[in-house]
Amino acid sequence: MNKLSLYAAAAVPLAILTALPFAGAADYYVSYLYTIFFWVVLATSWGILSGYAGYWSFGHAAFFGAGVYATATLAGKWDVPFLLTVPIAAGVSATLAVMIGLIVFRSKTLRGELFALLTLSVTFVLAAVVSNTSIDSGAGVYLSNLPIPALGTTSSGTLYLLALGLAVFSLLVSYQIFHGRLGVGLLAICDDEDVAEVKGVPTFRYKLIAFAISSAIASVMGAIHAVYVGYVTVAETFSVTVGLYVVLMSILGGARHWAGPAIGATLITVAQSAVVSGAHAELGHAGVALALIVVILTLPNGIVPSLLRRLPGHANKAKALLEDRSSVPALPEVVEAPRHKLSSERFIEKMILECRDVTKSFGGIHALRGVNLRIMEGEILALVGPNGSGKSTLINLISGHFPLTAGEITMGDSKISDLFPHEIARMGLARTYQIPRLFHNLTVLENVKLCSVFGRNSVEAGEDSEETARKWLAFTGLSDKADALPESLNLHDRKFVEFARALAARPRLLLLDEVLCGLNPAEVDHAVEMIRKIKSGGTTIIFVEHLMRAVVALADRIAVLDQGRLLALGSPPETMRNPEVIGVYLGSGHAA
Amino acid sequence: MTLTLLAQSTLGGLLQGGVYGLLALGLSLSWGLLRLVNLSHFALAFLGAYLTYQFGTSFGFPAWLSGIIIVPLFFLMGLALHALLVQFKVREFASLLVTFGITVLIESAIQWIWSADYLRYNTPYAQVSIKVGPLYVPVLELIAFCSAAVLTGAAWLGLTKTMLGKALRAAASDGQIAAAFGINSVRVSFVLAGLCSASAGLAGVFIALTSTLAPSQIEGWIGVVFAVAIIGGLANPLGALAAGILVGVSEAVTMAAINPAWAPLVAFSILIFILLYRPNPV
Repeated sequence: MNKLSLYAAAAVPLAILTALPFAGAADYYVSYLYTIFFWVVLATSWGILSGYAGYWSFGHAAFFGAGVYATATLAGKWDVPFLLTVPIAAGVSATLAVMIGLIVFRSKTLRGELFALLTLSVTFVLAAVVSNTSIDSGAGVYLSNLPIPALGTTSSGTLYLLALGLAVFSLLVSYQIFHGRLGVGLLAICDDEDVAEVKGVPTFRYKLIAFAISSAIASVMGAIHAVYVGYVTVAETFSVTVGLYVVLMSILGGARHWAGPAIGATLITVAQSAVVSGAHAELGHAGVALALIVVILTLPNGIVPSLLRRLPGHANKAKALLEDRSSVPALPEVVEAPRHKLSSERFIEKMILECRDVTKSFGGIHALRGVNLRIMEGEILALVGPNGSGKSTLINLISGHFPLTAGEITMGDSKISDLFPHEIARMGLARTYQIPRLFHNLTVLENVKLCSVFGRNSVEAGEDSEETARKWLAFTGLSDKADALPESLNLHDRKFVEFARALAARPRLLLLDEVLCGLNPAEVDHAVEMIRKIKSGGTTIIFVEHLMRAVVALADRIAVLDQGRLLALGSPPETMRNPEVIGVYLGSGHAA
Repeated sequence: MTLTLLAQSTLGGLLQGGVYGLLALGLSLSWGLLRLVNLSHFALAFLGAYLTYQFGTSFGFPAWLSGIIIVPLFFLMGLALHALLVQFKVREFASLLVTFGITVLIESAIQWIWSADYLRYNTPYAQVSIKVGPLYVPVLELIAFCSAAVLTGAAWLGLTKTMLGKALRAAASDGQIAAAFGINSVRVSFVLAGLCSASAGLAGVFIALTSTLAPSQIEGWIGVVFAVAIIGGLANPLGALAAGILVGVSEAVTMAAINPAWAPLVAFSILIFILLYRPNPV
């Protein structure tokens, strides 16, 4: 219903805009609107990677310019029909984007900054290449006599229609991505890329795809614009201002929303045409710069998200939650854990995970020195040991967060120690973080839903991801906080969102990293009960814990790590009596 | 190409690299230690250059006197800019945008006051050079290079040997923990922001003396100097100078051996090469 009314609301102005050149509107209006569409396309395409994933490109002009010169060269010099140059232009920029992405997306430190600067430099590089070679030869390329297919109107009318069509197309693409898997993944990348990867988002591939789409659309706009201006120069095409206006427009409108960049683009284009009357171009420039500063300082999220937040309902919920925080919430009854469809078959003693000689060094520090460990399907294994014994490192190695220095880890029949974290997650491994690392711009429900979407076998499971998410929120007692943002939750609740996120991924193997730390005794009892229920639902669990009460209550077996080695492994009573273990915990004097 | 010509351009690149290093120093320290990516660094440098030009042509000030006026003035401007960023709790990414806005504002102001045309500050000592064997060493560039080297050395000593430097590095690696040990991270950050801005002013004096000025030149420096800062490693003064020299020399050799028009590509080629072999350069 909502969607339908949206379409209806869009259809009327769209029809009017399409009819405009046929109705013989004055050239002034046609070119004015063309300028708006031009910026809407560039800003919206920029938002597809940079807005959603937070990788800000300062080099959108490079991809736009690649399109300009692809068409200028093909159509202007080699007489390729204009419409044929458009897909070629898109392909050129997409290839360029993928090449840059392959270099810069591998970086794990300073990701965003490196990307911003590298894209900025690509603009200069491309400008130098184009002006130094026969592509431009420094003199510009004339395209004024280019034959273009007439769409029942003048040639400027045709280009206007093409720009309008492209603007609508880019908005549709951005809308689809925003509401699909790709968009959810990109928004999660923006908040915490490492966690997104561990939760099953193929971050590297998604960034490349988004970058390619974003660049291809900008390039098509370049192809159209080359014909529109009729004479292209390097200075105009690759000017830094193009890249920066696009950023400003998107940020102003709200880069994390599909409509944000388009609204920002329209506002700024209109405002600029009002300010820049005649000779005061630099005043307009300065005005835009000042607007940029004010907007970033006062509205860092942009206009659209700020407006959406003011909508009735949205604000009330958040407020109610904030008030709710003061009262101590009663712990909810622990309900039966929802069963996984895939794990209902009974299992015999079967190995689910094996660590062989797992070794990890950080520089000169040997965190793990050859750990051998087998986890059986359906068991709860507690991983204990003094601080610095390598427990969390082992969890991080199993989930793929760090590469192993030596040894290997297998899950079922497949080796997982050289897979990407998202591939391991897809095989049915989920983990929680000791300090909750929630996606802070997504609501609690969205956080959990994302993990269900990208978790194990999400396609085969055939279950609505929202349903799954709500089910696990109910299980962890967070149903009434589904629409809250993580920052409004207390530590206990945030830990349970971590829990729900891991469970929603339908894991075969669940890694819990100190989930009980920081909880009060009643909350601990509640969590212990919950872990029991999860086990009875068919999930294998490895948990790192310092709280011995919980370890004894839950564990089928205990593995004791000390200085990166496996010290003891066995049933709780057996392990706790092991003199070496007592020695490690209480000092060797007590071991006898 | 003769060996002498090659040596002469290498020398020119080396000296130019000093100015790159000087500009990259402030950028690198502010990015690495304050987590602020300051694009307006370049605009400030050019503002300094234009002021030097104005002081010299209107009042006949010698360049060193302009320097003495500009450096403290820019220190204060750095404090003011930092106050704005601190007031609004601007973080890394937003700082890039805010300082870009400031860059455009300064650029517009320069264009308004001094016009968009090229200006050349002619001084009697502009062309003076010493002859060393077959090579000519331009004195002004040599002074610029030496100042850059001295400042870089001082920044390195300051960061590693003084309490202020250690406090800065501690605050950069973990502000809360540093605060728990009694470091007033806000105060030390102001000092550094002021110093970075002052170094931009000093670089501006040298730019005025050695290059032609136009507001559009600001953008040309951004890419190269950012590449230098990343290649050198953030918050690493010696690295910044070394990377500046590397880029400067490579550019000069490219200009002499191939074609001056390809010079802009040099810094980025080095940067991309480094990213390929070391994806996590910092």
